[in-house]
Amino acid sequence: MADKLFYFLAFVTVLSALMVVFSKNPVHSVLYLILTFFSISGQYVILNAQFLAVVNIIVYAGAIMVLFLFVIMFLNMRTAAEDARKRNALIQLAGVISSGLLLTIVISALVRVDMAAHIAPAKALNTQVGMVENLGIELFTNFLVPFELASVLFIAAMVGAVLLAKREEGERNAF
Amino acid sequence: MESTTYLPSDYLPIIVQFAAAIGFVIFSMVLSHAIGPKRHSKVKDAQWESGIASVGDARTPVSIKYFLIAILFVLFDVEVIFMYPWAVNFRQLGMVGFIEMVLFMSTLLAGFYYVIKKGVLNWE
Amino acid sequence: MELTSLIVRGLVIFTVFAVTLLIATYSTLAERKIAGFLQDRLGPDRAGPFGILQPLADAVKLFFKEEFIPSHANKWLFIVGPSLAMLTALMSSAVIPFGNEFSIDGQLIPVQGITVNIGLLYIFGVVSLGVYGLMIGGWASNNKFSLLGAIRAASQNISYELAMGMSIIAVLMLAGSLDLRQIVIDQQDNVWNVVRQPLGCVIFITCAFAECNRTPFDLPECEQELVGGYHTEYGSMKLGLYLFSEYINMFVSSAVIATLYFGGYDVPYLSTLGLDKNIETIIGIVALFGKIFFFIFFFMWVRWTLPRFRYDQLMNLGWKSLIPLAILNLILTGGGILAWEHFTK
Repeated sequence: MADKLFYFLAFVTVLSALMVVFSKNPVHSVLYLILTFFSISGQYVILNAQFLAVVNIIVYAGAIMVLFLFVIMFLNMRTAAEDARKRNALIQLAGVISSGLLLTIVISALVRVDMAAHIAPAKALNTQVGMVENLGIELFTNFLVPFELASVLFIAAMVGAVLLAKREEGERNAF
Repeated sequence: MESTTYLPSDYLPIIVQFAAAIGFVIFSMVLSHAIGPKRHSKVKDAQWESGIASVGDARTPVSIKYFLIAILFVLFDVEVIFMYPWAVNFRQLGMVGFIEMVLFMSTLLAGFYYVIKKGVLNWE
Repeated sequence: MELTSLIVRGLVIFTVFAVTLLIATYSTLAERKIAGFLQDRLGPDRAGPFGILQPLADAVKLFFKEEFIPSHANKWLFIVGPSLAMLTALMSSAVIPFGNEFSIDGQLIPVQGITVNIGLLYIFGVVSLGVYGLMIGGWASNNKFSLLGAIRAASQNISYELAMGMSIIAVLMLAGSLDLRQIVIDQQDNVWNVVRQPLGCVIFITCAFAECNRTPFDLPECEQELVGGYHTEYGSMKLGLYLFSEYINMFVSSAVIATLYFGGYDVPYLSTLGLDKNIETIIGIVALFGKIFFFIFFFMWVRWTLPRFRYDQLMNLGWKSLIPLAILNLILTGGGILAWEHFTK
């Protein structure tokens, strides 16, 4: 049962991820990306990482995608703008080379991996490790320093955002 | 607080609810598209702008304040998400955990104060 | 999860779903009746005795109206917008415990759709997704006013989500679990959270008003300023879905407020009567619905009492007042719990 569900969700993930790239309308892309996040959350649920699943929805699908949608509405992208750009052969060549390089790296890394060595010895697996309570204890005892450093990251982001928004101060603000 | 075991199969009933919700939505959409007259005319299908003839389409630029609201929302949303595991374990983490979280929040509040002082949240 | 327990849960969910739709339908009538009552006039009373069949008449009218899509609108997204709003509204009631457990043949059946570890976050997640219904609807209309209305509605929604999330944290500190049933049990063992968390309760109720786009926060839909906001171009059932989803959101918000702050299905001193467990559960369910109806009435009462906020007042309230207040509430609650533990150890 879990197997079939995994294959179904994996199929949905890959399909919607491809549709993100191939769809002409940017708002459609955003919707497909939201679908991708949903299927990834489904996979987290299968792994019993319940907190991670719902946080994925809240933060990614609920906050970051809203930001993306705002930007798309701001930049008023139209599908017509895509075709208007000339197909620059040099850019296409650069794209092929860089993605080819990435593919080579990924394949060579995976070929070297010895899967058997990475499977943990059969000690007692705590199936409840993904629950909020246990995750919280881990986060605030063993991972305290990264947690506090994250707050520094946030303040950097806030300052950066204010700087970007402030620069437009001189112009007349429409609406 | 009993410690119950939570399993992925706890989520299966959601499928029932999702099916019911989608069924209801599709039913109402299909039904109302099926029943009901269809009389098109060029003027009627145009956008409604209080009877004034519309000029250009809707893609006019919008103020950047909204963009900033969205960015700040993402940042504070992640902060709130960090607070959830802490709040649930509050009694276990005790005073030390409380101090750690206050440290985290004070950094974010400093950023928030900066944002407010800079005046980007005004004229909303 | 074996098939029988899945079927039983499915039945519970289905019943809750049907009850939600019924209550939301009659909320539309109640709104107009209460509005009439507060304005010293009768509400609708032509369709059936006391206007009981009015919602049916409204529904039939909306179904039979012409479904048109403006020529410049993005057809697919135009339909997705209200569908998404309705979908998220209907999905949010799965984790609310509507009653204690029924004990049938020795099996304990909790009156709750899904019992998951992250109950409250599920609601928070669904509320976050509710923003898309507005935004996509406004964008797809390809109309300047709709787009502006959609962006402003979305900004309002996300600003108040933050304060909502933060005020809930104090409740979690007291209860120690995200599962709503545990929160109710915690209130049963101690006292209702409205007594322990008055500030948090006020903040949460205010945010619930803003999330449901109810007055005094209903600027996105107000008639005078923006020709209807994000649902300007909508008619017939698509508009019907937008409006109906508002009432469903109101129902679910009332249920959440009742569960988080007013004890949910708890009736004080019920267990001292020593009744049969199933009877207790039924009394609990009735009590919860009583609280929900009170809050729905409260939503409507406020609508006809307070004037609407201007947009800048609204955003200032959300960012500069509610968020600092919620954080203050959090710190006070934390300090309070630590002091309590210290002095009663």
